[in-house]
Amino acid sequence: MILVTLIAVLFVGGLACWLSERFNPNLPRVIALLTLLLDFALMFSLLGAESTSTWVAVLEAPWISRFGISFYLAADGLSVLLLMLTAFLGVVAVGAAWDEVQDRSGFFYFNLLWTLAGVVGVFTALDLFLFFFFWEVMLIPMYLIIAIWGHENKNYAAMKFFIFTQVTGMMMLVSILVLAYFHYLQFGSLSFNYHDLLNVSLTGEMGMWVMLGFFISFSTKLPSMPFHSWLPDAHSQAPTAGSVVLAGVLLKTGAYGLIRFAVPFFPEASMAFAPIAMTLAAVSILYCAKVAFAQDDIKRLIAYTSVSHMGFVTLGIYAWNELALQGAVMTMLAHGLSAAALFMLAGGLQHRIHTRNMPEMGGFWPKVPKMTAVAIFFSVAALGMPGLGNFIGEFLALIGAFQANVTLTVVAAFGLILASVYSLWVLQKVFQGEYSNRSFDDSHLTDLSRREMLYFAAMMIGLVWMGLYPQTFLSMSEPVLAQLLSDSTQTLVTSLEGGL
Amino acid sequence: MLELIWLLPAFPLLGFLALVLTGGRLPMQIAGPIGAGSIGLSFAVAALVASEFLNSGLESFTYEAWVWMSVGGFNPGFTFYLDGLSMVMMLIITGVGFLIHLYATGYMSDDPSFARFFSYMNLFVSAMLMLVLGDNLVLLYLGWEGVGLCSYLLIGFWYTNPTNGYAARKAFVVTRVGDTSMAIGLFLLFAQLGTLNIQDMLHAAEMQWSVGSGFAVAASLLLLGGAVGKSAQLPLQTWLPDAMAGPTPISALIHAAPMVTAGVYLIARTHPLFEMAPSVQLLVALIGLVTLLLSGFTAMTQSDIKRILAYSTVSQIGYMFLGLGVGAWSAAIFHLMTHAFFKALLFLASGTVILSLHHEQNIFKMGGLRKALPVSFFSFLIGSLALTAFPFTSGYFSKDEILLGALELEGVGFWFWLGGVVGAFFTGIYTFRLFFIVFFGDSHAEHPPGKEVGGWHMNGPLILLMTLALAGGFIHVPLDDVFSHGEGYGEHHVSGLIHGIMIAVPLLGIAVSYLFFMSKTFSVDKLMASALAKKLHAFWFGGWGFDTLYNAVLVRPFLYLARVNRKDIVDSFYALVVTVSQAANGLIVKSQTGSLRWYALTVAGGLVVMVSLGATL
Amino acid sequence: METIPVEHGFVLAGILFCLGLIGVLTRRNVVFVLMSLEIMLNASGLAFIVAAARWGHAEGQVMFLMILTLAAAEVAVGLGLIIQMFRRFQTVDINVLSEMKG
Repeated sequence: MILVTLIAVLFVGGLACWLSERFNPNLPRVIALLTLLLDFALMFSLLGAESTSTWVAVLEAPWISRFGISFYLAADGLSVLLLMLTAFLGVVAVGAAWDEVQDRSGFFYFNLLWTLAGVVGVFTALDLFLFFFFWEVMLIPMYLIIAIWGHENKNYAAMKFFIFTQVTGMMMLVSILVLAYFHYLQFGSLSFNYHDLLNVSLTGEMGMWVMLGFFISFSTKLPSMPFHSWLPDAHSQAPTAGSVVLAGVLLKTGAYGLIRFAVPFFPEASMAFAPIAMTLAAVSILYCAKVAFAQDDIKRLIAYTSVSHMGFVTLGIYAWNELALQGAVMTMLAHGLSAAALFMLAGGLQHRIHTRNMPEMGGFWPKVPKMTAVAIFFSVAALGMPGLGNFIGEFLALIGAFQANVTLTVVAAFGLILASVYSLWVLQKVFQGEYSNRSFDDSHLTDLSRREMLYFAAMMIGLVWMGLYPQTFLSMSEPVLAQLLSDSTQTLVTSLEGGL
Repeated sequence: MLELIWLLPAFPLLGFLALVLTGGRLPMQIAGPIGAGSIGLSFAVAALVASEFLNSGLESFTYEAWVWMSVGGFNPGFTFYLDGLSMVMMLIITGVGFLIHLYATGYMSDDPSFARFFSYMNLFVSAMLMLVLGDNLVLLYLGWEGVGLCSYLLIGFWYTNPTNGYAARKAFVVTRVGDTSMAIGLFLLFAQLGTLNIQDMLHAAEMQWSVGSGFAVAASLLLLGGAVGKSAQLPLQTWLPDAMAGPTPISALIHAAPMVTAGVYLIARTHPLFEMAPSVQLLVALIGLVTLLLSGFTAMTQSDIKRILAYSTVSQIGYMFLGLGVGAWSAAIFHLMTHAFFKALLFLASGTVILSLHHEQNIFKMGGLRKALPVSFFSFLIGSLALTAFPFTSGYFSKDEILLGALELEGVGFWFWLGGVVGAFFTGIYTFRLFFIVFFGDSHAEHPPGKEVGGWHMNGPLILLMTLALAGGFIHVPLDDVFSHGEGYGEHHVSGLIHGIMIAVPLLGIAVSYLFFMSKTFSVDKLMASALAKKLHAFWFGGWGFDTLYNAVLVRPFLYLARVNRKDIVDSFYALVVTVSQAANGLIVKSQTGSLRWYALTVAGGLVVMVSLGATL
Repeated sequence: METIPVEHGFVLAGILFCLGLIGVLTRRNVVFVLMSLEIMLNASGLAFIVAAARWGHAEGQVMFLMILTLAAAEVAVGLGLIIQMFRRFQTVDINVLSEMKG
């Protein structure tokens, strides 16, 4: 029941935010914060069970039994990790929106909470129809957040985001239906149940096409080359809280989908496809790092670095061994925090000086020393400094990927150099140098407030924790990944024997 | 007692945290003692641990603080490993580091960002200690990247000047190129040997690989890539001379304490791997030799006091690489130690000179400072003598060890020795060129030097370092257990002629320098008169054109690519989809005339067409 | 009893239909367009009646009744719309009323 409660709390809290606006425009943000804190607190009851690979808090109720659709929620160590990330970043997002969103705040928090509810659903649904339902639930409120509270070019960005996600979502729907149909052919009944569908054997060309449906949908969300181009627009136009949720959580649903569905459903097709996926990942890492360096818009720049970092996730997933997968999961968590923090910094800057254009900035260090320190911390984290979370993720992903594909790993490793190039460039451009007020009003250029520092401190502690004692997180996802690995190996072996 | 080893990096780290968490606002009276005191405490612990270790007679000691991560057979820990090598290194870091910190409390006393400065310095020392104490390559890599980060922060310490920021970024990115090579090396080692614990890894390598096997060559090459990046050797030496942008104590710390010499440490630490790849080991020696000669030439042409010292560091590390390459492991580490003493001395003394002359760094705007700045004069004198390997100074012993080690190598050894001797000749010239120009002759200063800055916390370290630079050669470095199958001490049997040459050549260099810059018997201007000489001078002055080359081959193409593709070409594909649908829309829209009769006509016409088609088929 | 040949009935229906179609296509007055539509509807109704009579099936007659009600409903709605159009645009010329283009 706990999982339904988690989702329901968010839905109800969202409605409450919307309704409460008429009483007091400051009420919605308080309600949203309390809702998310409640959700976060509830998640702790899921801890403790993560050391086994079994599912906890299973809830299975018939929904549309005629088509084999059920309301099936469950969580394991991997889900719990991502759920906690979701709630944590939800709290952070509310903090980011606290002052920034004044207009129709009730509806804003409604959308924010409903998006998060969709994400929680995605991370826990074990029925593919339900999964698809939640996949859509997280999309539409996010579209509204960008389209209503975005910046100068918001309609274009929101539409692009919507079309990319929707079109590829349709591909996934088709794949899900085909998979259910094949279950009907092989076992005599329709089913959308995850465990049932794992038994469906889809090989050859058909398997490849159906797998591609999943892959394209997930790698658009991730995003990976060549489906990444919605992200820079969406991020640069979204309000800060939108960026935080988008970069911190929504992108991770793509990676989660790859780990949970795309590869386990089609081990053979995925293994055949792995070199291509890893190539795309390596290209993503290098290409987007290079494009990031060229951007003037600070939010666009961070968006491209996100794509670059998510390349390590794809690389890790398709290397499909324990080290690489753990690396992918760690990168998801660490990047969730570091990217969210960087977007908050960029959003904070924009809120203060009303521009995102870096050539106009420079020499902010003496004016905003705390912000500079925070920016240095997170830039350094993003470029993969050992001792912080991102390093653990990228290092494990690379060391694991090296065992799967030497050439592509070596190519991808050059991303480490480019990461330092763009990260330090931003620091230099914005904070170092001589301060000169060029074309903006700097009367609001004040240092981070106590509230902002609180949020950043929480994220810093998270990253240091991940960097110095990642075992806390690794041991939560370890049994799950081991299970996935052994299952897929078994399937591969069986099909090999069948082939002989 | 040995368990206290974890306190070594912990004290500086605590100092860093204390300085950072207070937002860099601590007053100097508190920040100074925290900054320097944490290193002092660290040194005290290091001394304690070292004496305990030497008395215990253990070969090595391991202390595990906690397991870092444990994933599928990959179990690096925060584990500290103490043996002769890491003991020497940790004593250098904390000892010389403490002196530099002490000096800096005086040097930086009028800087508004005093606390920020010491927070970086403390983190720097902490990272260096992680580097040398780590028992696995991942922890070593943590320290490795950590010192990179700190040197970035320190080089760009005075951030308002964009040149400093550029130098800092250059330092970080260039070393990062090496780091990436090293990271790939770690991937390879783990994939092949299944562990990154240094000792286990070396054992496994000796078991699994034969001498000269492809894996050994590849792994040692990749590690070498990391080493040349950090140690500013060819071809990644370009960052170090630019790294002079920071305050002078930082230069001292970067050059003396094992930040720049980390590459030497890495190779010494993994020396069995290099012994299994003789071709790579030869390459190490070759890189060292070429670097020491090239930077020797460059040092002779520079005019910035700190740049001259920087190039001399590059050159001295070249000697260390030469030593490593010819298998004179402990000689290389010995030279690392003596170099730490005299280079710290030289940099700190140059700091006093620079500060006394109101931040003047051009040696041609100094001159005749012997009387005005007596402490710096003596520091420079002793430092320069040690640097040129004047007999019975510390540098003499260590450089001798390396050159004799080179001579023992069959075949090419003689040429390495010869190159090293030629390098020593250059060292004599450029070191004393600096010395004579700055301290003798007429004053060319724009502002006449005031009182020499100083005070006990600046002069104390200088005096201590003078002693070490003079007598450091008599310290016995307990490395025999570490390099058990390497050479020992005092076993060189060479003729008196060789010894004579090695003593005479640096003196010859000093003499040449004297004739040019002191007595003016020969004139530099005459030498520079020809066009060829001018070109050569410009070429050497620019560091053999490496910067120009890298700019043309790497930086500019990257910037160009970045600029032309700012809009992201992939996006234009999707823009194309949009354009096509809009064009199609534009075409079809024309048929929507809004005229009802037109619609009815097309319906009727369509009907007729369909019926007639149906009839004919 | 002499019956009218079924072909005659169909030809008449066809002629009526074409007349109606021509009316729809050529008239500019909306009222006449509506009347022409009625003629077309009735032409198809006639065809149903003829066919029903020829094969003795009731369905054709049912269909005619259906078309009749349809036509009545359509006239009611159509005339209502025409009145609204006239009120708003002060014209019933269909060429003028081409607001819904592109």
